[in-house]
Formats: sequence, C-alpha cells, structure tokens
Amino acid sequence: VIGRQKHCIALEDFSREELLQVLDLAVSMKEVLRRPIKKVPSLRGKSVVNLFFEASTRTRSSFEIAAKVLSADALNWTSASSSVTKGETLVDTARNLEAMRPDVLVIRHSASGAPGLVAEHVACAVVSAGDGAHEHPSQGLLDCFTIREKLGSLEGKTLAIVGDISHSRVARSDLHAFPKLGTRVRLCGPPTMIPAGVEQLGCTVTHDLRTAVEGADAVVMLRIQHERIGDPLIPTTREYSRLWGLNAKKARDWLKPSALILHPGPINRGVELSPDVADGPHSVILDQVQNGVAVRMAILYLLAGGDPAEAKA
Amino acid sequence: MSDVIIIEGGRVIDPATGTDGVRSVVLRDGKVAEVSERTGTVSGATLIDARGRWVTPGFIDLHVHLREPGQEYKETVATGARAAVAGGFTSIVCMPNTKPVNDTLAVTELILARAAAAGLARVYPCGCISKGSGGEELAEYGELAAGGCVALSDDGKPVMSSSLMRRALEYALAFKLPLTVHEEDLALVGKGVMHEGATSTRLGLKGIPGQAEEVMVLRDIALAELTGGRVHIAHASSAGTVRAVREAKQRGLAVTAEVTPHHLTLTDEDVAASRYSTDFKMSPPLRSAADVAACVAGLADGTLDCIATDHAPHSPVEKDLEFDAALNGIVGLETAFPVCLALVQAGRLTAPRLIEALTVGPARAFGLPGGTLAPGSPADVAILDPTAAWLCSADRFHSKSTNSPWKGRRLTGRCTHAIVGGRLVHQDGKEQR
Repeated sequence: VIGRQKHCIALEDFSREELLQVLDLAVSMKEVLRRPIKKVPSLRGKSVVNLFFEASTRTRSSFEIAAKVLSADALNWTSASSSVTKGETLVDTARNLEAMRPDVLVIRHSASGAPGLVAEHVACAVVSAGDGAHEHPSQGLLDCFTIREKLGSLEGKTLAIVGDISHSRVARSDLHAFPKLGTRVRLCGPPTMIPAGVEQLGCTVTHDLRTAVEGADAVVMLRIQHERIGDPLIPTTREYSRLWGLNAKKARDWLKPSALILHPGPINRGVELSPDVADGPHSVILDQVQNGVAVRMAILYLLAGGDPAEAKA
Repeated sequence: MSDVIIIEGGRVIDPATGTDGVRSVVLRDGKVAEVSERTGTVSGATLIDARGRWVTPGFIDLHVHLREPGQEYKETVATGARAAVAGGFTSIVCMPNTKPVNDTLAVTELILARAAAAGLARVYPCGCISKGSGGEELAEYGELAAGGCVALSDDGKPVMSSSLMRRALEYALAFKLPLTVHEEDLALVGKGVMHEGATSTRLGLKGIPGQAEEVMVLRDIALAELTGGRVHIAHASSAGTVRAVREAKQRGLAVTAEVTPHHLTLTDEDVAASRYSTDFKMSPPLRSAADVAACVAGLADGTLDCIATDHAPHSPVEKDLEFDAALNGIVGLETAFPVCLALVQAGRLTAPRLIEALTVGPARAFGLPGGTLAPGSPADVAILDPTAAWLCSADRFHSKSTNSPWKGRRLTGRCTHAIVGGRLVHQDGKEQR
C-alpha cells in the first residue's frame, strides 16, 4: 500500500504524504538503476500484468522494466480494441486475469474511470497507466520527481503546462500533485483546449505563452495530437506552433536560465517544441524517461507488498 | 372484490379540485363516486383505513420506456406496468423506441394487448414522429392516433431537421397529438457523456453543455409559434430550458414541459461521488446545482407542468461497463415519489404542487383521462405513506432492471395502495390480482 492507497489510480486521491512516500522511495530505486547489475530480489515470486487497451510503447516498457528490475514476473496483455467492439467486457477481461493471481494489474484504457471499474472487481492492486482524459498518475509522479531532483525542492516553485489541456490526463495528474507539494500551476493553450471550470482545480489559466512561461521554474509542453487539427480545436499546426510552440528564440527571451522543459512524449518535433529546444539545455525529457522507471518501481514495490522500511535500508 | 371501495381517514390531496384535507373517498363501479367529510360504510364495501396516509389521484407518467417488443430482457409491458403501480402510477405513456419502433399500428396494438393482459396500470403508447425514428419521413399519424397513440416522439433521437419538425407539428394538428421532444443538438453533444463543467473536467469525461438542449428548445418554441403545433419538452434539465419555456408560456404558446426526479435532485457532482457509476449516466445528463435549482423553481412556479420519470430499464449487459460505453438511462417509476417528496420535506415544493405535477399536470399536458378525484372520474387512486422509511435495495424493484442511482440509499415515502379503475392492483409492495 501507499499510505492508505491500495491502488494507484488517481493522484486526486493521494495526500501530500502519500505522494512523498513514492517520490522518496523512487530515489532509492533510481540508485538501483545505476548499478552495474540492475536487479534486486525485492518482488521475487510476485507477478505484474500489464493490461493495455491503448497503444503505448514507452509507458508499457517502463512498467515492464520496473517489474523486471525488482525481479517480479511481468506479463504484457495488449488489446487493441475496447469492450465495445471486442465482445468481452472489461470486467470479464479483468476477472480472467485476476484468476491468474497477479499481484498488480497495470491498466491503460481509453475510457476515463476504467481502472476504477477494474479495481471494484479484482482483489489485486490496480495501477492506472493512463485512462482516457482522466489521469496518468505515474506520469504525474515522475514529473514531480524530475523537477524535485533538478531543482532540489518543489516548494514555492511555479510550473507552466502548455497545450491541449482538455484531452490531457498528464495535465490532470500534474494538477492534482504539484499544488499538494507546494508548486503553483499555470495552464496555457488555445481557448478551445482549456476545459470548462479547470481553474477550480487550483490553477491559473492564460492563453498567452509568454505570460505562462516567463518566470516559471519548469514548463511541461504537451503533445498536440494530429486528430485535433480541424476537430476543430485549432486551424493548423502552423498557427499552433507559432503561438503555443517553444522555439530557441522564445526560450532564450522568455525562460529563466534555470527553467526546465518537460514533455510526456512522444514529441511532435516542430509543433510544440522545435528540435533545438527539445535537445537543448533546458530539456530534461530523457531524464523523465529514466525517472519513470524509478517511480514505477516504487509504485509496484509498495503495492505488491514490499516493506517500505526494507527498501530504505 | 366488491364494486365499492371506501378509503377513510386519509389526507386527500386532489389539486384539480382544490381539495387538501381529511376526507373519505368512495369508489363505485370503476368511478370516483364521492369525496366528502362523511364517514360510514355501506354493506359489501371494501374499507381501506388510510389514517396517516395521503390519498391522491393515481400518478400519471408521460415518459416511460417499456422495452417491449424487442428488449424483453430489460422490461416488458407487464413488468413495467407492475413497477408503475408499485410506485403509485396508474397511467403511463410508453415511448416508441422499442425494437421495432412504434411507427406502425401493429406495434401499437401489441403494446395495448400486452397492457390489457397485464391488467395493471393504464398504458398509453406514444408513436414515432418519423418512420423508424430515422428523422427523415413522417410516420402515419392518422393510423397511430386511431390505434390509441396519445403523443408522438422520436425520443432519444432528437429531430435534427428543422424542416421535418415543422411538418410534423403541422401534420399532427389534424389529430390533436402533442409532440414530446428530446431536445439535444447532436453536434453540440458530440461524444459527450456527462454535463460539461468543472466536474467533467476533473473526471476527464467529455462534457455536454446545457446549451445543447437550449438551442433545440428555442428552435421548437419558434416552430410551435410558426405552426400552432403542440410541443411538449421532454426531461427539461437546464436553467436555460426553464427560462425559455417560462418565456414561451408568457407569450401564450402551447408549450408544456416535464422534468424528471433525477434532474430535480441529483447533480453532475454525484457522478464524481459515485466514482463513474453508470447508474448516474443518462440523457440529458445530470447538470449543475444551479440547473437543478432552476428546475425545482420552474416546477414550483408551474413553468414545468409535470414530473415524468424517463424510466429507462437496462440490464447489467449495458451498464456494467466503462462510463463511456454504458447506455444512458435509469429506472424511476418506483423511486419517483420518495425522491420528489424530499423536496417537500426540504420546503422547496408544497405537497399539493408535488401531487399536481404527478396527476392533473401530466393529464392536462397530453389530454389524458384521470389525474383527479372529481366525481365521475376514473377510480384511479394512489395511497401513500409519506413517513415510511425503506432501503432502496435491488431486490425491492418490481421492474426487471435495477439501474437506479438510489440503490443502496434510504428513502422516505412509499405507495401503499394503487387502485386502477376501482380495482386494487397493488398493496404494500405486492401486486394484487
């Protein structure tokens, strides 16, 4: 368990202490990843099932590596279709997998709330690897981890999140995590991509990129999905990148020298980030990927029944 | 069973005649014979002691889905009628979105035959506005009216063509049939599954703004003005709809409207509190607290004519799913009275106004018999215990389906007796034959 949490489905449900428990344990986990032999026996005999209803390479691989470094057995179950087209319901699929006695079920699904529905029907721990536009808790935690590691603390910092907030589960998990850790959040994007009432989650909203990123300690640039163009949320990627994309000149003129640029990936080079910024001095995008493994190790360790005290030792 | 029933000692609430007080009600030969302060019995009469109870005209629900023909695993005419009388409803109007839809006399006749065989609530079919509810060609209103349809609707499928809606309103004038319309602009609804607002944002569910309903309500009010046709707004859910209907009535237009118990009492926040429970998914969606307050005010001041349940039974096959994938709708016949009674207990609605919205309000909107205890009226009566507290558990439902947001909650208020045409058809949770 993580504090009172039997599952890791939504950071909205996590207290500050529970967030810190994962982040602190992830520091030790990251140390394991730096060893020449990247294997510890902590979860030997435990099994983790990755149940993915949506295409994903990085998140699934990250969970798989995390499980394997901890010596858990990992099984990947990929299903391109949802229950609507497949004939078997999500609940049935989950019950079938449950019958194989996994310790942790990692689930990604296009429907918001799907991991919670699964959790109601299985006895094992459920970890959301992203559900619809709801939450992506491990991504939110790895964003926290990355910024805390680079800047030393999250207290009193300012984070800007730029892009399609409406469709972003990453933005929602960030919005539920950062304020609990003392970081202010500014959202930025075209008005068509800012969802109704989002300020009530405890953030400010601007449609002007400069206002959002000036003075920010870190900036999360969200991916613009091509199907949104002409949705009609934005007219063209050309106009989007001019107004809400970051290039080297804007980064030089507007960003603090110490500001970090994050991106949940995969990047649309030339749309939300120009290549020189994606690969430039502000970018911590590849650190995020490595930290993702450490954070997921911490989540799996705690939910599969590992002893927090032992992990610290 | 004798031909005379005397109901004594209850608080008779009959808004149509302005009655509210302890009275005796005498039913004879299927009609209301007398409502008076006199007591005493006649030999051979069945006496019902209604002390501490409310005695009202049987409720009338203008919006029920009975699922027969085609989806009898969810509900049949018989089980729906049983659920109706268990909830105090002695007359129900059933929507045409069965399989096949009710756009032909054969379907109308089947429904009426099944209702007659069940012998419980009076069942009034609603026919389709368009053939196959396809939104393109008019259905045969003459045949549907002659067969017993009392209204027309493509419920669940908004009539998106303004031109078809205009012609439907005009053509229906020949048969004096109201059109009961599900108002949603489908382009604005998009893939939305709940009310749009801070809660849909938090849950990451696609939102549907109240304006998706309002633009269609405003269109149909304009078309009612153009044609002189009878528009009945089904399940009003947004503050803008209440405002538009109020304004239309002030202008003297023949527009009526209904509101459901859930849109009077639940909000989009309940979707979050239930953690994506699909028993909170319906169309139109549960809206904001401000919308709910506007609906309650609209019901209290008479802008909204009646309460209708939009009883929409679904099985676990359609409901034990992701929120996005589950079908819309909840059952409502057996919970409507206690759920709405809570508004009376909270002082937001008077008891007579509540009963009016369940009886003479709907009767007048569709021109149906009943809805009153005036002498000579059909002997359709509900006897209600306004203080009975009960647990709304799945095994309590007479409906085949239990997709209710009140499942597991304690409710106050129950129908103890339902009388249809002078016959006691339901008593204390049991069907009477």
